[in-house]
Amino acid sequence: MATAVTEQTVRHDDGTAYAARVRQVSKSFGRPGAELPVLEDITLDVAPGEFVCLLGASGCGKSTLLNMVAGLDRPTRGGIDTAGRPALMFQEHALFPWLTAGRNVELTLRMRGVPRAERRERAEELLELVRLKGAYGKRVHELSGGMRQRVALSRALAQDSRLLLMDEPFAALDAITRDVLHEELTRIWERTGISVLFVTHNVREAVRLAQRVVLLSSRPGRIIEEWRVDIPQPRRIEDTGVADLSVEITGRLREEISRHGQR
Amino acid sequence: MGSAETKAAGPGAAEPRPAEPTGTGSSGSGTALTAADAAGVTAAGGRGRSDLAGLEAGLDALETRAAAKVPVWHLLRDKVAPPVLAVLLVLVVWQLAYHFQVKPHYELPSPADVAGSVHQMWLQGTLFGYIWTSLSRGALGYVASVVIGTPLGLLVARVAPVRAAIGPILSGLQAMPSVAWVPAAIIWFGLNNSTIYAVVLLGAVPSIANGLVSGIDQVPPLFLRAGRTIGATGLRGVRHVLLPAALPGYLSGLKQGWAFAWRSLMAAEIIATSPMLGTGLGQLLENARTNSDMPGVLAAILLILVVGIGIELLVFKPVERRVLRSRGLLV
Ligand SMILES: Nc1ncnc2c1ncn2[C@@H]1O[C@H](COP(=O)(O)OP(=O)(O)OP(=O)(O)O)[C@@H](O)[C@H]1O
Ligand SMILES: [Mg+2]
Repeated sequence: MATAVTEQTVRHDDGTAYAARVRQVSKSFGRPGAELPVLEDITLDVAPGEFVCLLGASGCGKSTLLNMVAGLDRPTRGGIDTAGRPALMFQEHALFPWLTAGRNVELTLRMRGVPRAERRERAEELLELVRLKGAYGKRVHELSGGMRQRVALSRALAQDSRLLLMDEPFAALDAITRDVLHEELTRIWERTGISVLFVTHNVREAVRLAQRVVLLSSRPGRIIEEWRVDIPQPRRIEDTGVADLSVEITGRLREEISRHGQR
Repeated sequence: MGSAETKAAGPGAAEPRPAEPTGTGSSGSGTALTAADAAGVTAAGGRGRSDLAGLEAGLDALETRAAAKVPVWHLLRDKVAPPVLAVLLVLVVWQLAYHFQVKPHYELPSPADVAGSVHQMWLQGTLFGYIWTSLSRGALGYVASVVIGTPLGLLVARVAPVRAAIGPILSGLQAMPSVAWVPAAIIWFGLNNSTIYAVVLLGAVPSIANGLVSGIDQVPPLFLRAGRTIGATGLRGVRHVLLPAALPGYLSGLKQGWAFAWRSLMAAEIIATSPMLGTGLGQLLENARTNSDMPGVLAAILLILVVGIGIELLVFKPVERRVLRSRGLLV
């Protein structure tokens, strides 16, 4: 059954060179004349199958950028292309409490036009992918925080999108659960070949997960530096390689933040 | 930094994948954990995926709460006994007031007199006729109110100009006692059922519509955004996300709508009495008053109260509890 999922989503090698393409995007909020620039001149490509972490201090505009990539908001300037409608996972699980875990996944399948007869089986496969097959009939409030995020992940995967956007999805979890979900996400990413754009303000999390870490400055948010992470998976958040690179990136982030204090 | 870039290509990362335990309930998780442990020992490398599966199963088991079962006698003690005691207390006070003649007997009959009056109607076979007349009017008027109030509430909640135009009127109407419409309705429609239904609608529609509006206003924006990302937009979004999310508020609007419908109905029936209109509980009350039949008056009041509460307890309470409980909003 696991392979069925894989076959549906693996390797979208159809020639497109990117899963998401962000071109010179700027975004400001507020009335004309009194705009607050939040993002400035962001250019970022996510290659098919790539795992990119977007890193930045609180309030630098990470969620704003992700929402625009998801199509929930429009850039003030610039353009965003994605291959199809991206899946989006929020910091809060955002599961519908009036549906069971399985039905939450099925609703996504239904919105996608999967015929009724296949939905149940597909939903069970997707739940099994996050090792929650037994949770099919459970209500959202009966699940723990980590289980909810796993159901949310399988709901996002149900969109069968090439691009998964994740907005600090593990920020509210305890360290052990987060650790487990990091492993789970890495495993699913390797298995499905989906592209991931993952937003976090946790440097170690970014280094633990990503192939590429993109650092945003604050006010306005600009891309100030990028790192390729060549540490082989499976990584651990406590690996020395992860720790070393984290120190480097944190240093750069601190530098950037204290620049604001000097003005 | 680490070594060369080594993203294992997709499923090629051939890990030994042991049977995945997916125990989430308290029953399966114990065995799942041991199975995973065993697999972990045999898997080469020590840090196999089985570790992860076992860890996950353990976390799931630890964090899943088992629902406690409430014994029946607790239910009796906490839910049934208090209201029964309260009713008994009222009866005792009433009987004492009767006994000491706080009011003359023709003004304040005893509980037994009132029960006798009800019993009389029962013997004459008219009791259920009265109740049915009122209840069927109430039900019909209420269903019509739901049919009108629901789309109205949806429009007010989702279309800004409509809200600006009739939102305040709707709230005003809700605050207004619908009895005030009875004289006007009698002049417009005459002494017939139209008058009664008009008053019921004017009483119930605003509160049903307003209930839906506040239910929709309270839907967390996160649900709407989640709905949009999975492609539930437009009418599909309304059907699959907006309305289910607004259900608790809508239900309390429906419940309040029933209370208003019943109230308005009684007001209309008391004022609009005519031989052409069948005898409902309101007319029963008014007839007893004109006959100075005090036990009859109190019996009618009691029946109005009992039917109103009965519908709420038998219909609305269980539905509301079910909805809230299934969403974890009720312990
Ligand atoms: N709809 C809006 N109207 C006005 N200002 C907004 C709006 N949305 C976001 N902002 C502002 O834009 C800035 C960036 O917000 P955003 O939520 O994208 O930050 P973030 O990087 O995701 O932060 P966090 O790490 O706290 O989630 C903030 O200063 C916020 O106040
Ligand atoms: Mg954010």
